[in-house]
Amino acid sequence: MSKSTVDKHMEKRFGKMKEERRLPPRVLEELQEKVKNLELTKREFDLICDDVIESYERSLVEPGEAVGTVAAQSIGEPGTQMTLRTFHYAGVAELSVTQGLPRLIEIVDARNNPSTPTMEIHLDSKLANERSEAREIARNIEMVLVESVASNFSIDLIRQAIDVRLDPELMADKGLTVEEVTESIREKIKGKADVQAEGNTVSLYPASEELTDLQRMNEKIREIRVKGIDDVNHVVIRKETDGYVLYTEGSNLQDALEIEGVNPHRLFTNNLREIYEVLGIEATRNAIIQEAINVLSEQGMDVDVRHIILVADMMTADGAIRQIGRHGISGSKNSALARAAFEVTIKHLLGAGIAGTRDPLRGITENVILGQLIPLGTGSIDLLMSPQGRTKTK
Amino acid sequence: MFAAQTTKKIDAIEFGLLSPDDVRKMSVAQIVVADTYDEDGYPIESGIMDPRLGVIDPGQRCRTCGNRVGNCPGHFGHIELARPVMHAGYAKVIHKVLRAVCRECSRILLTDEEIEYYTGLFKKYPGIGQKTANLSKEILKRCAKVKICPHCSEEQLKLKLEKPTSIYEVGEAGSVRLTPIDVRARLENVTDDDYRLLGINPEAARLEWAILTVLAVPPVTVRPSITLESGVRSEDDLSHKLIDIIRINQRLRENLDAGAPQLIVEDLWSLLEYHTTTYHDNGVSGIPPARHRSGRALRTLAQRLKGKEGRFRSNLSGKRVDFSARTVISPDPNLSMNEVGVPEQIAKILSIPQRVTEWNIEEMKELVIRGPDRHPGSNYLIRTDGRRVDLRFVKDRSIIADTIEPGFIVERHLDSGDIVLFNRQPSLHRMSIMAHEVRVMPYRTFRLSLFVCPPYNADFDGDEMNLHVPQSEEARAEARVLMRVQEQILSPRFGGPIIGALQDYISAAFLLTRKSTLFTETRVNQLLATAGYAGELPKPAILSPVKLWTGKQIFSMFIPEGLSLSFKANICRKCKTCKIEDCENDAYVVIRDGELLFGVVDEKAFGAGEADSLFHRIIKEKGPTIARQFMDSVGRLLVRLITDRGFTMGLDDVTLPREAQQRIRVILVEAEQKVEQLIETYKRAELDANPGQTLLETLEQRIQATLAEARDSAGEVAGEHLGLENAAVIMAQTGARGSRLNLSQMAAVVGQQSVRGGRISRGYMGRTLPHFERGDLGARARGFVTSSYKSGLDPIEYWFHAAGGREGLVDTAVRTSTSGYMQRRLMTALQDLKVESDGTVRTAPGRIVQFRFGDDGVDPSKSDHGRSVNIDIAIEKILGKSRAK
Repeated sequence: MSKSTVDKHMEKRFGKMKEERRLPPRVLEELQEKVKNLELTKREFDLICDDVIESYERSLVEPGEAVGTVAAQSIGEPGTQMTLRTFHYAGVAELSVTQGLPRLIEIVDARNNPSTPTMEIHLDSKLANERSEAREIARNIEMVLVESVASNFSIDLIRQAIDVRLDPELMADKGLTVEEVTESIREKIKGKADVQAEGNTVSLYPASEELTDLQRMNEKIREIRVKGIDDVNHVVIRKETDGYVLYTEGSNLQDALEIEGVNPHRLFTNNLREIYEVLGIEATRNAIIQEAINVLSEQGMDVDVRHIILVADMMTADGAIRQIGRHGISGSKNSALARAAFEVTIKHLLGAGIAGTRDPLRGITENVILGQLIPLGTGSIDLLMSPQGRTKTK
Repeated sequence: MFAAQTTKKIDAIEFGLLSPDDVRKMSVAQIVVADTYDEDGYPIESGIMDPRLGVIDPGQRCRTCGNRVGNCPGHFGHIELARPVMHAGYAKVIHKVLRAVCRECSRILLTDEEIEYYTGLFKKYPGIGQKTANLSKEILKRCAKVKICPHCSEEQLKLKLEKPTSIYEVGEAGSVRLTPIDVRARLENVTDDDYRLLGINPEAARLEWAILTVLAVPPVTVRPSITLESGVRSEDDLSHKLIDIIRINQRLRENLDAGAPQLIVEDLWSLLEYHTTTYHDNGVSGIPPARHRSGRALRTLAQRLKGKEGRFRSNLSGKRVDFSARTVISPDPNLSMNEVGVPEQIAKILSIPQRVTEWNIEEMKELVIRGPDRHPGSNYLIRTDGRRVDLRFVKDRSIIADTIEPGFIVERHLDSGDIVLFNRQPSLHRMSIMAHEVRVMPYRTFRLSLFVCPPYNADFDGDEMNLHVPQSEEARAEARVLMRVQEQILSPRFGGPIIGALQDYISAAFLLTRKSTLFTETRVNQLLATAGYAGELPKPAILSPVKLWTGKQIFSMFIPEGLSLSFKANICRKCKTCKIEDCENDAYVVIRDGELLFGVVDEKAFGAGEADSLFHRIIKEKGPTIARQFMDSVGRLLVRLITDRGFTMGLDDVTLPREAQQRIRVILVEAEQKVEQLIETYKRAELDANPGQTLLETLEQRIQATLAEARDSAGEVAGEHLGLENAAVIMAQTGARGSRLNLSQMAAVVGQQSVRGGRISRGYMGRTLPHFERGDLGARARGFVTSSYKSGLDPIEYWFHAAGGREGLVDTAVRTSTSGYMQRRLMTALQDLKVESDGTVRTAPGRIVQFRFGDDGVDPSKSDHGRSVNIDIAIEKILGKSRAK
């Protein structure tokens, strides 16, 4: 048999298989890849394909399978073995990132603010290997306050002025000029004071001459942002195989996306809410999966992705992030009994009473409470047989 | 056959409130006397323990239904309240509703157009899968803002809720309290349609019913009084509270009848409110909880339901069961992993109902004759008419045995071969409950194979386990097919075997399969006999002067034929270039057609939780039965081997030669000096800070790195002197127990103790212990232990070690509770999900969460370590077959 006829046959069969969709694309691709370099006969090839399809179909979930319970167990059980130490240095020594059980709880809680928000920023492919560019972008991202470039704040009572002495060394480090600082102070203060720069000192002459106002303003100008984006307190530059990568302490996805030189396709944050607000629910789902996988594998826990995917899908099925717990999924269950059995029992019972709720008893908890067969696994099948009917047909 | 015959099934439950008329209708007695028993100990008529409310004393009959103690469910009574009282739990709802209805005409504060608009939405919402509850919330909010009633043009006043049950109307002249009578009057006039818009279902509950005019008195069976040893009766908390309510209610009524002044009436009224509120919920914020004479807070209705020990979680979601046993567990290496050893004493109490048929009638007769005291016997006999005979009290069992005919049911003792469920708490995953076959044994503990220790997470330091006997044929069939240990070898968590060898099995396998192991014929025969091997011996590897077999040959005899794979063993040193089969450590394992050619068997080959191992391949390719047999017989062989050979570890194993100790000392002294130097540079302010760190952080990090390096190199020195003949090393290398770190801690140096992730720094002002100077940052002053466990710790080191150890203990304690709570939440959130016949994953009400489970529809427990198909193996299988021809 010539090689070309086999190849033709293979091509035809793969085409057919693609259409039939009996195999997931990943498996099909892998099969194609692995078969390519083997000298196979037509028969062998067909047998291999049949075998792969058969073993795939054999590994499918059975109807009625309690996939939720298994997923919950598979994620919960390793939790008992995880470290509780909140801080661990992951990759970058200077940044501490919450890991282990606390982080996992943070993810399933869908907290508004993670305890250690951080971003991973990749640069545009053109700039990725330029250290100076990377440093420049990092400077544009890192939030710099007046406070952090100033060496001294003082109130001059005679001139009725606030003097901010800027430290030239710190300024150079952050790539700032006195003019820039003056300008941003002026913008923020908006005419409430006259701002003038002289050498390394910026002087403010407030419109109001009250001492308390002066002091209040003195406090306020410390907090003025002169450079960078909000909430990003610190940026670390690291050289990785495919160029420089920036790691930040603090996260602000929206603003980071707008920084020039940042590769918007490879910008990550561990703040799920931000992802939801900026990129939408599908991205959030993927982020939940990715974050959970990272936490578990970091701790050396071998957990199948499918369980994590199920949790992520359950959390995002509504189009909004729902927490795993009484304020989210468990609290919005249909059955009053199931809710009452979880937490805040009394509230749910009283509420069900006044609303005249009807509980259709489709869930697990309700049926356990009533001592009935639960609708899962072998219990999800109803089979009625009439012995009389059977004899008739005979 | 018996239990699963469901004749009736509850289809739905409707919630609602009882109307005052409902309460009166179901009541069997009006309660007016605030007392329990008279001097003679009889319950007082119309008192709190009225005999019509049911019986709690054995021997008496219920005055209402005529039943005796266990059969009378109890009956409700009622109290007519002299003045209506608001139910504290509904105060919030009442307040909201009052704000939404007119104070004059009680119509909803919406214009007719708005009403029409919302009614339309109410009809539309359920059809499009939206909840009307959100609409009602919106209406309530909207109405609260309306100033003038659109129906009667009455001006609306602000209403303020003062917790728990007072509502004030804030007018220009000041605020006036609305009495429950006023509130009730307003609510009574609200129309059914308006209620519906406000989220209240008038068929189930009209809101005015939450203003109580008559109080239901629960039956005595709900609040039984207990007689103490001294003969004094002690009443239930609920009874105490009811007595309070009745007493105040009667006083209030008398005062009202006598025309007492307003002030006194109001005082009593609010007291009545307090008592009814605490009767319902004794944890309402804003009022002091009602207390028992002893000062303990009373446990009233809400407290009975709430929380972990409440009705819901402790009696309804989890129930006590019959046919169960619990005792201490102990190991038995001779049992199969499918088996469990059950003490005879337990087997005599647990029973299985077995129907007598023509085919087993003789056996059953024999069991009945043997009776309840001799082991394979029986406890009860159930006749065809349903009468149950307790064989303990039958004088001559052979007479009763003669009456047995097909159709009778014999409750026979649990016996070897029966299937039971075995469980160890905490039940964290489904492998925490598995089905085992019974082996009735002497002594008083449950016996189990060591292979099932990992899934149960069991050890034998006093652990106890539970056993349940399924009673129906369906339950037994399901247990056998789905829950048996061999069916659970593959964990759904990661698609690999969670069951497998551990500890000594691994050490023994290593000793067996390493190159130097050779056996004589007698020894081979001994070993194979223990394993239950019944085939031919292979050709000996060495023929003369004596026939000798290698350990690898013996191990190979148990590997199923046709199995080929290769992998790196646990003892692999992870060299830069792997020499594969020429590995000098024999760490590269090659199995070809069921023959172990190269490499040693250790944790990587058949350890518990080890994916892609030899054991994993066996179960994937040959099925669970073969896999179980492999493990059982290899296990027995290895136990015999290691018992005969002996395997122990002592002080000798962690003792280093003087010269090595000297080198370790030098390493540690040098490290300490280096640390001193670092501190010196820091003090001279010559240290360069790492980017993003303060000077102190930099110093700390450098010191830690220096000390960690010293510990590692000390460990290496120790490692050089501890060869592969050392038992401790064997255990660490093969993965049987312990680690390299444990070893070097015993032999060389214990190392840095840490608290809160850093060196120990707290204790006294600026120092850890008074033995150091303030501000001493040196190695010893911050918890570096230079001794080894073998040489012993000095007192200061001991102290630091205890501090680090304590943190570990606290950590574990905290972790179990937090992770337990996380798992409970995950469980309640996900438990309703199941795969439907069309392959979608849906919640209980039928909402789709995934179209295919895990995006490819593959069950992780049937997957091959996450992959749906192992293509390499499929190719190998087909090619191996066709090329062989």
